[in-house]
Amino acid sequence: MSLQLITYIIVGLTFALYIGIAIWARAGSTKEFYVAGGGVHPVVNGMATGADWMSAASFISMAGLIANMGYGGALFLMGWTGGYVLLAMLLAPYLRKFGKFTVPQFVGDRYYSKGASTVAVMCLLAASVTYIIGQMTGVGVAFSRFLGVSNTTGIFIGMGIVFMYAVFGGMKGITYTQVAQYCVLILAYTVPAIFISMNLTGNPLPQLGLGSEFGDSGMGLLQKLDQVVMDLGFAKYTTMPRLSTLNMFVYTVSLMIGTAGLPHVIVRFFTVPKVKDARASAGWALVFIAILYTTAPAVAAMARLNLHATVNPSVKKVFASEAERNAALFAPDGSIKYDERPAWMKRWEVTGLLKFEDKNGDGRIQYYNAKSKNEAFLAKAKAAGWAGSELSVNRDIMVLANPEIARLPNWVIALVAAGGLAAALSTAAGLLLAISSAISHDLLKEKFMPDLSEKGELLAGKIAMACSIVVAGYLGLNPPDFAAGTVAIAFGLAASSIFPALMMGIFSKTMNKQGAIAGMLAGLGITMLYVFAHKGIFFIKGTDFLGVFGGKANFFLGIEPNAFGAIGAAVNFAVAFAVKNMTPPVPEDIAAMVESVRIPRGSKEIGGAH
Amino acid sequence: MTTDGVAYWKATLGLIRNVLIVWFIVSYGLGILFAPALNGIMLGGYPLGFWFAQQGSMYCFVAMIFVYAKMMGKIDEKFDVHED
Repeated sequence: MSLQLITYIIVGLTFALYIGIAIWARAGSTKEFYVAGGGVHPVVNGMATGADWMSAASFISMAGLIANMGYGGALFLMGWTGGYVLLAMLLAPYLRKFGKFTVPQFVGDRYYSKGASTVAVMCLLAASVTYIIGQMTGVGVAFSRFLGVSNTTGIFIGMGIVFMYAVFGGMKGITYTQVAQYCVLILAYTVPAIFISMNLTGNPLPQLGLGSEFGDSGMGLLQKLDQVVMDLGFAKYTTMPRLSTLNMFVYTVSLMIGTAGLPHVIVRFFTVPKVKDARASAGWALVFIAILYTTAPAVAAMARLNLHATVNPSVKKVFASEAERNAALFAPDGSIKYDERPAWMKRWEVTGLLKFEDKNGDGRIQYYNAKSKNEAFLAKAKAAGWAGSELSVNRDIMVLANPEIARLPNWVIALVAAGGLAAALSTAAGLLLAISSAISHDLLKEKFMPDLSEKGELLAGKIAMACSIVVAGYLGLNPPDFAAGTVAIAFGLAASSIFPALMMGIFSKTMNKQGAIAGMLAGLGITMLYVFAHKGIFFIKGTDFLGVFGGKANFFLGIEPNAFGAIGAAVNFAVAFAVKNMTPPVPEDIAAMVESVRIPRGSKEIGGAH
Repeated sequence: MTTDGVAYWKATLGLIRNVLIVWFIVSYGLGILFAPALNGIMLGGYPLGFWFAQQGSMYCFVAMIFVYAKMMGKIDEKFDVHED
């Protein structure tokens, strides 16, 4: 059976499964299935949260980025898991006790102001739409490969399917559909990882395989990888930081507090039955997330090794000395012939995400770091007649291509496609629902059109969804970064605006509305300014204005725009406290409300779907 | 706020502070700031700093949330503010 056919069958089966569960769930008791957690075990709820949370960024994009970044890629791993510790301790139990459905509602009530809630809606929209751009990038990669079309066509098809999926509605709210999505996603991620780990190290657990011996080479896999990438002029895999230690530190902070500020994640904790469950379910969610996240570094390192071994077969051999190893690597037949390239390369060339350009006209593929700072290496490359790296591999394709690179059976490759789609669609749908409720309920109904009928609210929500998809899809055609990088920007926006407002709302009894509003605007504003200066105004190509700041990228302490959310958050806190000291204090009933939020007893069950 | 309420909040903040110290050490400390120094030590085939950054910190995070949830439950009961 052809790969194409198997992929259609497996993707089709998984979609049938989700829809089947949705129909079965509708037939049962409505409330039990719509309110996440109503009678649902915390473990099951944690699994559903995992599916909600892990998007195209985690599934499709992250390992590819780590493969490229090496040690520095740990910022994604620590950033996107460490945030759960903050969420569990600082926000989830208190927001649950507060007993409202959405983040703007909390902000509006705590800061006794519809203005504050409107600002929160703006922050939420900025973060969510950016997040969806990242999902669109990922969906485009998955569909282009899966249907054998160009990346652009892939994004258009993805836009259509995401729209149908989100408007089909209820899907997202049904815990068991998400449990099914989690199962598909995690199987799709771990099965190929286990195969590859077995192939390369003989150890079936990727988490252990990464620290095991490479074949019977007598070398550890990581040491082998270090040697291979350095032989090809790249930085040492296990030690290269992301730009600088400071940048890596700030980037990690930004992702962690962004995790605790993202509306669609927080919302999951509004609907657990008890405050106690809010704490535990964050733990269970992280267990299920960590299964993927601890596998990812192995996927990354092994994919990188396999990619180099595909282009330079001598990489996998054992040599007695460095001289012999280099002789084999730089020999004319050390690089594979373009005409003899494996089938997976041909398949990815169709999408435009993998490109070959024969710079030295020898009909072979040279893939190395032509911008290496290692003069000795550059001299060797030049002596071998290499005239620049000839292969460009979009980092977002690494996870999807990984099983093909490792020559795994077709059903595994098809499974990975299904997993990638599950990850992207479930998260995109969740975000779109957050956007539609923010616009139709928190903005229109509460502020501008109080007479809006329920039907009108629903329609406004759908229009908001459609607009978001079109905008995100359009920007996804020329994405500001790889999928995980774009999502990191979204986290930065949430980190700089929503997280400080929530945190001060709970931990400071004296924070007033003026302080909170000024803080959110300052944090979001300065982060957007820094990001747009690098990536263009609203990510539109050609509108970047780095020139205003001297034309040098990462001009603030060498911190990259994706990491700037942490700085934005610091500005938010500082501005909020400064403004608070100059404006009237909080009313007494608000201070009393904050006190009651801090104590678990008396939490009311939240019923019905939102 | 009653004296009990003040003591409850103090106990809560104390627990949060302690967990955050561990949280900071395993990720930012061992995984980033001291990773170059730790890389001299091997854990199987893993340089230790690399292991903390790409594996160990995540295991610690999971453990931390459950420890926090359990101890927070005890504090709730001690001050008689738990649910049910």
